[in-house]
Amino acid sequence: MRVGVITFPGSLDDHDALAAATRGGAEGVGLWHGDTDLSGVDAVVLPGGFSYGDYLRTGAIAQHAPIMAAVRAFAADGGPVLGICNGFQILCEAGLLPGALLRNSGLRFVSRPVFVTVERRDTPFTRGFDHPGPWSVPLKSGEGCYHADPATLDRLEAEDRVVFRYLPGDNPNGSARNIAGVSNEAGNVVGLMPHPEHAVDDDLAGGDDFLAMFAGLASDVPEHESLSR
Amino acid sequence: MPRVAIDVLLKREILDPQGRALERALPGLGHGEASDVRVGKHIELDLDVSGDELATTVESMAHDFLTNPVIETYVWRIIQPDERADANS
Amino acid sequence: MTQTPVTTFPADETLTDERARELGHELGLRRDEYDQVVEALGRVPTVSELGMYSVMWSEHCSYKSSKVHLRRLEATSPRILAGPGENAGVVDVGDGLAVAFKVESHNHPSFVEPYQGAATGVGGILRDIFTMGARPIAVMDSLRFGDPTVDGLGPRSRAFQRAIVDGVVRGVGGYGNCVGVPNIGGETVFDDRYATNPLVNVLAIGVMPVERLQLATAEQVGDVAILLGSSTGRDGIGGASVLASQEFDEGLEDKRPNVQVGDPFREKSLIECCLELYDRDLLAGIQDMGAAGIACSTAELASAASMGMDVDLDAVHLREPSMASWEILCSESQERMLALAHPDGVDEVLAVAARWDVPASVIGEVVAGDRLRLHRRGELVADLPARSLADEGPTYDRPRERPAWQDGYGIVVAEDLPIPGLADDGDLAGFVAKFLASPSLAAADWVHGQYDSWVRGGTVLGPGQGDAGVVRLPGSARGIACALDGNGRWCELDPAEGTRRVVAEAFRNVACVGATPIASTNCLNFGNPERPEIMWQLATSIEALGEATRTLGIPVTGGNVSLYNESRVGGSDDPRDTHIWPTPVIGVLGVIDDAAMAVGQAFVQEGDVVFLLGDETRPGLAGSALQAYLDLPLGGRLAPVDLDLEARLAVVLGEAARAGLLHSAHDISDGGLVAALADSAVLGDIGVQIVPTERKDPAQLLFSESPSRVLVTTPSDSVRELARLCADAEVPLADVGTVGGTTIDVQGLLTLSLEDVRDAHLRGVPTAVDPSLVTTATGEVVT
Repeated sequence: MRVGVITFPGSLDDHDALAAATRGGAEGVGLWHGDTDLSGVDAVVLPGGFSYGDYLRTGAIAQHAPIMAAVRAFAADGGPVLGICNGFQILCEAGLLPGALLRNSGLRFVSRPVFVTVERRDTPFTRGFDHPGPWSVPLKSGEGCYHADPATLDRLEAEDRVVFRYLPGDNPNGSARNIAGVSNEAGNVVGLMPHPEHAVDDDLAGGDDFLAMFAGLASDVPEHESLSR
Repeated sequence: MPRVAIDVLLKREILDPQGRALERALPGLGHGEASDVRVGKHIELDLDVSGDELATTVESMAHDFLTNPVIETYVWRIIQPDERADANS
Repeated sequence: MTQTPVTTFPADETLTDERARELGHELGLRRDEYDQVVEALGRVPTVSELGMYSVMWSEHCSYKSSKVHLRRLEATSPRILAGPGENAGVVDVGDGLAVAFKVESHNHPSFVEPYQGAATGVGGILRDIFTMGARPIAVMDSLRFGDPTVDGLGPRSRAFQRAIVDGVVRGVGGYGNCVGVPNIGGETVFDDRYATNPLVNVLAIGVMPVERLQLATAEQVGDVAILLGSSTGRDGIGGASVLASQEFDEGLEDKRPNVQVGDPFREKSLIECCLELYDRDLLAGIQDMGAAGIACSTAELASAASMGMDVDLDAVHLREPSMASWEILCSESQERMLALAHPDGVDEVLAVAARWDVPASVIGEVVAGDRLRLHRRGELVADLPARSLADEGPTYDRPRERPAWQDGYGIVVAEDLPIPGLADDGDLAGFVAKFLASPSLAAADWVHGQYDSWVRGGTVLGPGQGDAGVVRLPGSARGIACALDGNGRWCELDPAEGTRRVVAEAFRNVACVGATPIASTNCLNFGNPERPEIMWQLATSIEALGEATRTLGIPVTGGNVSLYNESRVGGSDDPRDTHIWPTPVIGVLGVIDDAAMAVGQAFVQEGDVVFLLGDETRPGLAGSALQAYLDLPLGGRLAPVDLDLEARLAVVLGEAARAGLLHSAHDISDGGLVAALADSAVLGDIGVQIVPTERKDPAQLLFSESPSRVLVTTPSDSVRELARLCADAEVPLADVGTVGGTTIDVQGLLTLSLEDVRDAHLRGVPTAVDPSLVTTATGEVVT
């Protein structure tokens, strides 16, 4: 299993995402925003950070990077794509995931561990979890308030596409319906605001609750398995 | 070369916490008369096109890149040098 | 002095002696300093030269008032690879790795424009670190603000203070978060003394393979000077001297144009670009651009190599083409570096820069001789000995005098305080809960909850989790620990003893997590050095700093001096009231062989035994948080700290951590025992029952800040082993209680519900500082 992690200008957690993929048992492969192909990887991670300084809007500039054409094609072909934090924002801007991320309702950057439940365990990124949780994972973002219009939200719920949810009463940023992460229709593209790559090592402050995400990803997968149910 | 100003606001139905915070702060500063505060972005640029092409260019730029239609809306206009937001700086 | 220029300069650069002297005065050059410039040049300076000298010879750049005293900090250690005078101290931490660390102030800019002042403070100290060849892996911030709980006039109003706190915290976070360096701790202190002069000190730590250390020793004639990074604009023109060396007055708005604006996105690219250049061994030297940007970096690189440099200012990428030469030279535009490369490597350097989208321009060349020559539009605009600018500025041994007000402190009765609830059998628990909610003692979650502490995947103990921050080094099990501490009240009371105590505390904090302290850095925040009383405080503090760091084996690897921290805005005529508390902030670095063994502050397990290690509780209310909280005049005498005991205590803590005996360790400091218990209990979400073994005055037992005391918890089956370690090292230990329950209980004195304490502890800061919102511990906004 080769997991590609894209470095955009201003990506910060690319290094951590590569380390997490490796720790999960996959081979981490660095990908560059200016490249036009994905070096034959089996999964793609768009890591956290402040691509292009978050200038204009979070993710707005990065979604036009040369490599994104290859990401779109890979995603359309059923390839597993994970967007973490800024990566989630990029996927929303790129139209690969529904909705948008707004400024936190508290107007401050929020950096703390949160608990999330894994609402759907049949995506390439959640099949490693043996129960829904709650699982602890660091969150660190200023624009993490998930927004979509009510019809879209209803559809997401109906189609079981809410993948991660904050605990009721512990919604850190005002996200609609406590949504922390969603998937596309086919389930192969997943985005979430918290940082699973910071929760893969029990010796570190973030703990290791999300090692299951990377271990599950690295486990034997049929190539570009179809996830639609 | 025409100069274009584009003003971007969050759509009306989307909560603007920044605007809400200002709205709550203003009365304390003696401006109880203010309401419906929204905070957005103001973008200015010179465009080397004219005529019909100008509108098409601005619309496409604004729709595809400068704003996110999921959450934002915008208006634009051509401005004169003395209408630049930084004209008096 | 009427010497005629030996070279011809453009008309707009040429000055008469009289005009130059006048301009020099306006730029802050003293008459004798101006004469020294003329002597160094052998003629009247040009406009550009005058600008360069005035900035480079300012207090901020030249350390002219402190240099003679800082010499007393010199220390040698085989571990130190780069010491004072370099951009940052560098120490060998073993395994072929070196760690660079340094702390720097951005006090005045943060008062003028809190967000940008704090943000560019972070950016500046990070550049110091990666200039040495190291990748930044952590920052810490030591912040001091006015008291937001009282509403005074003007800058002392609550709204004003809150705006400063808000801007500074957003600035530290905004820059650090975006540049991708984790914040691993620091301190936040609120005290009216800093109302018109906040202290914003930021420490940064970086790591590198030993062989990547960049020392400017490889330069040769013909090397090419390349300007990397942002374009040069009018930001902070003269800001270093104007903003950092003049006292504030009412005209704040006028100074705004001097504020520099930070671009952390650019800095991130610049870091990656520079690290790649080092790894590919393409550079002969590098210098970051801080105050006096191009003037300073060119002069310092040339001077360090004992060579000259020719620079073409037309090659500098400018934001505004109309900039005058002196503006280009003195601009403080952020996110810029000056690199030297061998001519054969220039194309490769430019290619690396292009890959990281970092603008790069070849602007000059290293030449034989000692002259720094700057050209604009084909004409020479400055021609001076590089060394005179960088290294031969004026130094002063300013008059010092022990302030008369010191005597008053000694006669204050500080150790016998009327504590509500204690003397009158009233509500002591209620009093303590309120005390713990005072913003300096309350948990700083509101502050570091806005900082990324996880990025780069090494954080073992983040902000507030341990007495020191701990980061595991990349590719190694080894970690580094760092603590950053200051205490202005102690140092005002007694600059010598106060400084020793602060050094001891930072040292102890590093020991508490289980690390071995190995080196130190400092940021000396003081008032106006032209006042003999302030100079006495500074000199006294530096002497104690040298002595304490030598005794504890944590040599000073560098530091920063920030003077003129005072303001007349308060309106008081009392000489005591015009300076900030003298505030040396000390950073101590330690090494821990197995970072996974680091010990945090949180109580962990029901039934663990609580021990007090080290000294017994001594009278320690002089200068204490309690004295401040009760609004009593500062006074009393500081009990002397026993540095030998501190050293032995550190040995025990290190050995106990390595042996896995400790579940938690937390020293007793600000706020005394009650504050230490509250920190550990709230963090661990478990209570504690203390049975005092000492027959002491209850006020001292609960609130004394006497040094050399650490509370540790250990599982009962490790007690014997811990006792043996203490006996071997001759460190006293006392069994003082047990972890467990839902109360914080000090037998016979106090019972607090953990829930009440948690609420007080977590809400203290947001209630005091968050202007319109109260954010709960979970980030929810209560409106």
